[in-house]
Amino acid sequence: MATLEIAALRKRFGTIEVLKGIDITLEKGGFLVLVGPSGCGKSTLLNTIAGLEQISSGEIRIGGDVVNHLHPSKRDIAMVFQSYALYPNMSVAENIGFGMEMRGVPRAERDKAVAAVAKTLQIEPLLARRPSQLSGGQRQRVAMGRALVRRPSIFLFDEPLSNLDAKLRVDMRVEIKRLHQTTGTTIVYVTHDQIEAMTLATKIAVLKNGELQQVGSPSEIYDRPANMFVADFMGSPAMNLLEGTVTQNGDVQRVVIARKEGEPILLPVPASVDAGKLNDGAKVIFGIRPEAVNDSESIDRNAKSVVKFDATVEIVEPAGSDTFVVIHAAGKELTARMRADADIRRGQNHTFAFNLDKAVLFDPQTTSRI
Amino acid sequence: MSAADLVTSAPARRHNGHSLTTRIVIYGMLGLFAFVYLVPLVVMVMTSLKPLDEVTGGNMFALPQHLTFTPWADAWDQARIGVSETRGIHGYFLNSVKMVIPAVLISTLLGALNGYVLTKWRFRGHKLVFGMMLFACFIPFQSVIIPMAVILGALGRIGVDLADLTGWSFGLGNATINLVIVHVIYGLGFTTLFFRNYYETFPNELVKAAMIDGASFFQIFRRILLPNSMPIFIVTVIYQFTNIWNDFLFGSTFAAGDTAPMTVALNNLVNTSTGVVEYNVNMAAAIIAAAPTLLVYVVAGRYFVRGLMAGAVKG
Amino acid sequence: MTAMTERESATTMTERHTGPSLRGRFQDWLPRLVLAPSFLLVLVFVYGFNLWTLFLSFTNSKAFPTTNLIGFTNYKRLWDWTFETDPPSNWYTALVNMGLFGGLYIFFCLFLGLLLAILLDQKIRGEGILRPIYLYPLALSFIVTGTAWKLFLDPRIGLEKAVHDWGWTSFHFDWVVNPQMMIYCVAIAGVWQTSGFVMAMFLAGLRGVDGEILKAAQIDGASAYQTYRRIVIPIMRPVFFSALIVLAHMAIKSYDLVLSVTGKNPGGAAELPSTFMYSYTFTRNQMAVGSTSAVIMLMTIAAIMVPYIYSETREKSR
Repeated sequence: MATLEIAALRKRFGTIEVLKGIDITLEKGGFLVLVGPSGCGKSTLLNTIAGLEQISSGEIRIGGDVVNHLHPSKRDIAMVFQSYALYPNMSVAENIGFGMEMRGVPRAERDKAVAAVAKTLQIEPLLARRPSQLSGGQRQRVAMGRALVRRPSIFLFDEPLSNLDAKLRVDMRVEIKRLHQTTGTTIVYVTHDQIEAMTLATKIAVLKNGELQQVGSPSEIYDRPANMFVADFMGSPAMNLLEGTVTQNGDVQRVVIARKEGEPILLPVPASVDAGKLNDGAKVIFGIRPEAVNDSESIDRNAKSVVKFDATVEIVEPAGSDTFVVIHAAGKELTARMRADADIRRGQNHTFAFNLDKAVLFDPQTTSRI
Repeated sequence: MSAADLVTSAPARRHNGHSLTTRIVIYGMLGLFAFVYLVPLVVMVMTSLKPLDEVTGGNMFALPQHLTFTPWADAWDQARIGVSETRGIHGYFLNSVKMVIPAVLISTLLGALNGYVLTKWRFRGHKLVFGMMLFACFIPFQSVIIPMAVILGALGRIGVDLADLTGWSFGLGNATINLVIVHVIYGLGFTTLFFRNYYETFPNELVKAAMIDGASFFQIFRRILLPNSMPIFIVTVIYQFTNIWNDFLFGSTFAAGDTAPMTVALNNLVNTSTGVVEYNVNMAAAIIAAAPTLLVYVVAGRYFVRGLMAGAVKG
Repeated sequence: MTAMTERESATTMTERHTGPSLRGRFQDWLPRLVLAPSFLLVLVFVYGFNLWTLFLSFTNSKAFPTTNLIGFTNYKRLWDWTFETDPPSNWYTALVNMGLFGGLYIFFCLFLGLLLAILLDQKIRGEGILRPIYLYPLALSFIVTGTAWKLFLDPRIGLEKAVHDWGWTSFHFDWVVNPQMMIYCVAIAGVWQTSGFVMAMFLAGLRGVDGEILKAAQIDGASAYQTYRRIVIPIMRPVFFSALIVLAHMAIKSYDLVLSVTGKNPGGAAELPSTFMYSYTFTRNQMAVGSTSAVIMLMTIAAIMVPYIYSETREKSR
């Protein structure tokens, strides 16, 4: 029995449907990340799981029990908000203990539980302070403490790192991951940052306009995106998407990528594609991630399928750990991720290579992966 | 940078950024206006400290030559107010106090609850409800006093009947209670407006967190919203206190005679001339009438201004 | 945000089914229950009463309310009286005075308010003392204000006498006892009381002007005067409107101030619609006529306020 089951969930605000039939399951101890652009409905979905919004149809089950009609405080969940939502007029200890106070837990027990949580999160010296006296990172920990002390079935996080600066964000991200690993709690986490999604999740759900685009493990999402939106959204820099045509010459199928100057690039059909689905002359979109585009020496030795081609370098972006190189092909710009010390200059004509092991093809009409 | 920086950047002889002549003009005008604003109050105070012959015989701007506090004592205890037997304004002052305190507290509390509901528990049509309550702030009271008089009269008769029946009138027909009812009802628009605008910007996530923690409707109000509402609470109380204390129309219509509030008594005192007009006593009475609101203003002027702005300029 | 929309009963797929509890339903309705008394009070005592007054205006109520409907007779009467200028009917006087008083009051409050705000904005020292001085009259009751100014302008013991004492013996200022000029004294007292408020509004508006616009003007070479006239004051237009609306509505409602400045209003020369309503209803026992004048006052205010309120609640929509 999964900890969280969402079945055919729909949500309307007036006449506008913001969640259009969501199906997700999450096993115990899993870390589900709901990711997508602004307005895709991820926060709304989280709110329906919490019970802060009512659903229009469908079912939500936590621990096997249908919770559609239950008040948030009865669903055995805890939530950490983007702004942490710490009660400004109460001390840290009172903040953490408020839920227990509402449930009528006697004071001695409350204090014990608060002390235990404070120890886990290392915020014991802060217990008497007010939220206004805490730093951003400290407030985040208090917010997590308030959630932890409830010992819920599911933790809900609503973009908790968005308010932090870049460095702090990375540190807190590691903290959250550590928390997940040590306590083994089930987590549902909302973010618009796909890096957070990739690093934290055991399961990712990509949403767009209220519709689930894909649900899967991070590697599935990354290597086998279900459609062009997922391919483009996840991964930074984004996946390169080039127009190509399928040609069939007897038994041999090829993908031809035309170029303004020079020879078209001829590629064998990538391994991920079911070749039977391709017809001669069909238009396809060829997708390949920047790290799979390199110069011929640096390309992965173990790659099973490599194609070389020449191109002129447009822009070189040294980024410290890598160098991003933008080249032109098929009328679009192609980004390659190369070694930091790559000897490459603007205007240079260079031999690049595609590692086709990870390449994918999409149907331009349906935008789905073939 | 402010608009003032432009003037200060103007060329010519500099002194603090402005030319000397400009600064003289500016300070001069400001000082002149300050004088004009203060003079009536100063004259009032001085007149109240003079014996009557000095007032009628002398110059109103002159300092008191025979300083006396008798007019104040007279105003408090002795002065004849209209045709009433009661002498002095102290009774009426007390009437106002008895009426203002409950009216302010009840209307403020109701306003807070209303603001809470309108912003944190939205329902369909909440904008219309708010708009209707808002409009109620601005009606001319003349358009409701006739029906109100009828209703209060009816309540009074019911009170008399109840008193005959049970020995207690349940407060119906009591002028002070009537005024409290009236002021609460017609103050609801403003208090709701103040709290609604304030709670609008109150973080919703705090309410959500409290809900998840299991707090009920009233617990959220009591434990989360109210403790963080001090500024608007003060603003509302000051605004209501000033308006209700200074009210005249309702007081004169619904609480005439011995039960009248301070403003009505003052008007009767000053404007019913039976024989010699005792200007000094009148002025003393006026200052006593103005004292509470002036005191509030001196102590908490900042909040006073905020209240005015909230009532008029939205956003 | 908790949506209070009607919940559709979810189609359940398992045998375990929890429906909304009775207590849960009550909690849903609680917010509306809490708001209801206030709303009902307003509905009845504001809107209901206004309708009642409207109803009365169609009757021939004299000292007590009656239900004898006589159509628009009262309105026609007032309409006729509007044009009775020689000798002027009370209603005509009231309307003229409303225009005079209202116009002067609004104009001078705006003018003084803006002037003082601009002066105060000039980075002067002592703003902390000056601002409260301009604002304190607002804390006073209109009765107190009227009393103070009645004394101040009294020819025998006030301004005229003081100026005589100083030597200028031909100075005349008996407006406050002159029935024709009384209304101007009411305007003076009113401006004294309320201009501070307008000043506070304008000052807040001035301080809200984006500094970068002023820098751009400076680069464009505009003088201080030009910048104020062509840029700053136009930016203040919303504040003008807010102030105008507040002042207009206060002018129409003015009652206490008139009474206290003019005393018993000899000859009705300082009549205003508000005093007209009161005297006809309670003194002359012509309740229906009084109601009619009240309705007209209400309509005027509604014409000003409703568009304003509508635009305000629209802006705040979420």
